[in-house]
Amino acid sequence: MNQLQKLEESFLKPNVPQLKIGQTVKVSLKIVEGEKERIQVFEGIIIGMKGVGHRQTFTVRKISYGVGVERMFPLHSPSIQRVEVVREGEVNRAKLYFLRERSGRSARLSEKKREIVDAKKEPTPILVPSISDQIEEENPVPVESVK
Amino acid sequence: MIDGLMGYKLGMTQFFSEEGKLIPVTVLQIGPCKVVQIKTLEKEGYQAAQLSFDDVAERRVTKAIAGHFKKAAVGTARRLKEFKGDLAGMNVGEALTVDMFKKGDRVDVTGVSRGKGFQGVMKRHHFRGGPATHGSMFHRAPGSIGASSFPSRVFKNQRMPGHMGSKTITTQDIMVADVRPDQNLLLLKGSVPGAPKGLVSIYRSVKEKVKKA
Repeated sequence: MNQLQKLEESFLKPNVPQLKIGQTVKVSLKIVEGEKERIQVFEGIIIGMKGVGHRQTFTVRKISYGVGVERMFPLHSPSIQRVEVVREGEVNRAKLYFLRERSGRSARLSEKKREIVDAKKEPTPILVPSISDQIEEENPVPVESVK
Repeated sequence: MIDGLMGYKLGMTQFFSEEGKLIPVTVLQIGPCKVVQIKTLEKEGYQAAQLSFDDVAERRVTKAIAGHFKKAAVGTARRLKEFKGDLAGMNVGEALTVDMFKKGDRVDVTGVSRGKGFQGVMKRHHFRGGPATHGSMFHRAPGSIGASSFPSRVFKNQRMPGHMGSKTITTQDIMVADVRPDQNLLLLKGSVPGAPKGLVSIYRSVKEKVKKA
């Protein structure tokens, strides 16, 4: 491993969530407006991931007032406070760009059947990785959802 | 304090600043540079320090250069270069490290640019060229280089095709994005001249000096 790669490893954020394509996630984003800081939540389906290491990004798509909105987040950005997995969709693709042509019922993904997958193991609860669970509870920040 | 140091360019990457902004950086491995010789006003007529970088086995250098290193009682190195600056209190054999720079400093970087080979005027001098289609028979050629009755010759410095790159280039006023003294690494915002593994010299920014004066 060369020095540059070693340096890039030091840029990795600890405890980044293990995200997968098709998951519905709530991304809590820190927004600084002048002096004030607030948390904005962006909820949608992960339709793609790109890059490796500290350059990795994921694209989240949601329908806002009937308009499709896609936003790309760098996984290792310090602005991303936490990523909460709401549900996991059953997908067979690395990129869910077909969702762009669909709307309404056909744009939904069926939930992953974890009971069958993990039949022999203990039933695992839905993965909720977080970066700053504690911080949020100690200092309640007004969470303003995107309108 | 000495005005500069030398090192190798490692390549480019990016990282997030504390404010969450993504900063493109060039990573340089700077020093440690050892002082091999101090040139004084009395003896050489000017003040400078000769620094060495990139230690190498003695058999890799010529006997003359090995003897020069032996005189200074420092190990043999691949690179030798002179740097100006205030040399008060500096001793031969002293190792200078990257921690003379700190985050937010402004520096100038000198390196040898990537060689592009023999290039035409469009790439080399940003000429416009001609239309690609519609029966045009003038594509990438330079056009007229001097008319026949006047001046009836080609002016000196007329821009023409030729060898491009592999030239010593200085990029001024680059911001130091981060310093990692434990790994001898310097992270500069933006790009610097040269290819990875190329030798670069870092100087305190000339523009910054003018601003302060």
